[in-house]
Amino acid sequence: MNGNKKNSPMGLYTSKTKNERFCLAVKRYWQLYLLLLIPIIYILVFHYYPMLGLQLAFKKFNAKEGIWGDSWVGFKYFIKFFNSYKFIEVVRNTFVTSFYAVLAQIPIPIILALSLNAVRGQKFKKAAQLLSYMPHFISTVVIVSMMMQMFNTRSGLVAVIAALFGKVVPDIFASESAFKHLYVWSTVWQSAGWASIIYLAALAGVDPEQHEAAIVDGATRFQRVRYIDFPTVIPTASILIILNMGRVMSLGFEKVYLMQNDLNIAASEIISTYTYKIGLTGNADFSYSTAIGLFNSVINLILILMTNKLSKKLSGSGLF
Amino acid sequence: MAGTKKIEDSSHVLSAKMPIGKEDKIFYFINTLILLAVIVVIAVPIINVIANSFSDGDAVAAGKITFWPVDFSLEGYKAVFEDKYILIGYGNTIFYTVVGTLINVVVTVIAAYPLSRKQLPGRNVIMMLFAFTMIFNGGLIPNFLLVKDLGMYNTRWAMIIPGAISVYNMVICRTFFATNLPDELREAAEVDGCSEFRFFIRMALPLSKAVIAVIALYYAVAHWNAFFNAFIYLTNKNLYPLQLILRDVLISNTVNASDVVSSDSIVNYNLVETLKYSLIMVSCIPIWCVYPFVQKYFVKGVMIGAIKG
Repeated sequence: MNGNKKNSPMGLYTSKTKNERFCLAVKRYWQLYLLLLIPIIYILVFHYYPMLGLQLAFKKFNAKEGIWGDSWVGFKYFIKFFNSYKFIEVVRNTFVTSFYAVLAQIPIPIILALSLNAVRGQKFKKAAQLLSYMPHFISTVVIVSMMMQMFNTRSGLVAVIAALFGKVVPDIFASESAFKHLYVWSTVWQSAGWASIIYLAALAGVDPEQHEAAIVDGATRFQRVRYIDFPTVIPTASILIILNMGRVMSLGFEKVYLMQNDLNIAASEIISTYTYKIGLTGNADFSYSTAIGLFNSVINLILILMTNKLSKKLSGSGLF
Repeated sequence: MAGTKKIEDSSHVLSAKMPIGKEDKIFYFINTLILLAVIVVIAVPIINVIANSFSDGDAVAAGKITFWPVDFSLEGYKAVFEDKYILIGYGNTIFYTVVGTLINVVVTVIAAYPLSRKQLPGRNVIMMLFAFTMIFNGGLIPNFLLVKDLGMYNTRWAMIIPGAISVYNMVICRTFFATNLPDELREAAEVDGCSEFRFFIRMALPLSKAVIAVIALYYAVAHWNAFFNAFIYLTNKNLYPLQLILRDVLISNTVNASDVVSSDSIVNYNLVETLKYSLIMVSCIPIWCVYPFVQKYFVKGVMIGAIKG
């Protein structure tokens, strides 16, 4: 290592063949490449190798041969899925629940951030922040159990309070129509505080002079929120909305699965839970499950790429 | 850190010097009401859980508890700590969290540092290799078969290795390295004959303690709350993490938690009701105890993540 080497990266790109450049780079940076070795092997084994496993979607699985068997069946499993009576149901449930969740999660973090930003008492603000971020760290299992306990028709908080007014509550967990509301609003409860951080960051970037000038012009605090703070968070909000739309078909497994029961299953069976049930329970059908999973992954990929492009076009920034 | 500080201070400094008009007084009043409403909505379910967890089983089952324990009792907690599988699950979760986080942090840092170096040839290709995994994956069955083929099925490794690196955390880490380690520093070290390894270990890592704390906390919380891998890959109850035990007791009601307590079936049933709340508390308390002290690190992670690397 000497002072001369410092300039070598630039030298790398002048009048050398690709091979020579490669050798030079390796010689110069071998220690960095060595550091990367384990992560790259890890990514190849645990992320790219399973992608090769997707060929199962076009094959009949054979326990002996694993993913490398050669009993190709073409699009049989995809056609089976499209013709299945479950197809419309799981796609609709996935889309409806997820789309609802995306929409419901927009306004509350924004209002919370604007409100926190306008608070004058710093202790009160800090306490409110501390508390509002807290649900983010509660596990999915606990959130679902808290809900189940709270809506327990006999001893739950909702039933106890309703009883004070002489009312009896129905078993909301057994209700098909209530499933999506339960899912979405518990998610909002859990995520709103955490999601407000990003808007608070945007608000912190507001030039204080803007506020001072507005005050000089006689603007009230509310007018300043409306005409200075609110427009500040809009670009952030639009990027987040667009990017979240991209994930609208990739609704997570855990929470929905834990909330499922025999009575709400018609509304709560989504693609990921159905994939699990086909693949790993009962008469486990690996190939069929892989095909449903692949169908979902491809749609997700297309949606993400589309929304990312849209976001870049509208705001100049996307996920990648 | 500058980012977080700013948020806490900007509006404060400004509004403190300003005289308040009548209209603004109404605004601040309504604003306080909004925040109070948020606080109440968030706190009520949590307070209810706390109150139930300290109440007598009969009172819980009879639906007497709102926000204060009725017939104060520690029976629920006693039952939690007498259940063999809950204790095993607790121990397992601690193990997965500690060992898993350690591996996570090492693998993440050794990936993030080289990728933060703008001069590194091939950096963009490797970065794309990582980033693509965020938007496309093999899915349930291919991953399941891989874990089985590697002999990790139903072993502790299944809880630690398959999620060894989160690309999202890696990007946070990479952004931090790229923006906080001045090129001049490295060039100066190079002139002094410092190798890349040495610079990484002696300079880059000590200067990045903050971001390492951030990602370690993210990974640790994820391990503590992890459910899916255990659910898919473990069948041996002695390897179950706490979350899986919680699910059995709280959601599926499949575990006879009451076995440990008494033979009187009515008492048992009621005790299980309190036990559920106590169990929720016991699983959340470690995070809630640590959380207020490390909250600023969590927030910082969001800030770094928001800057595009």
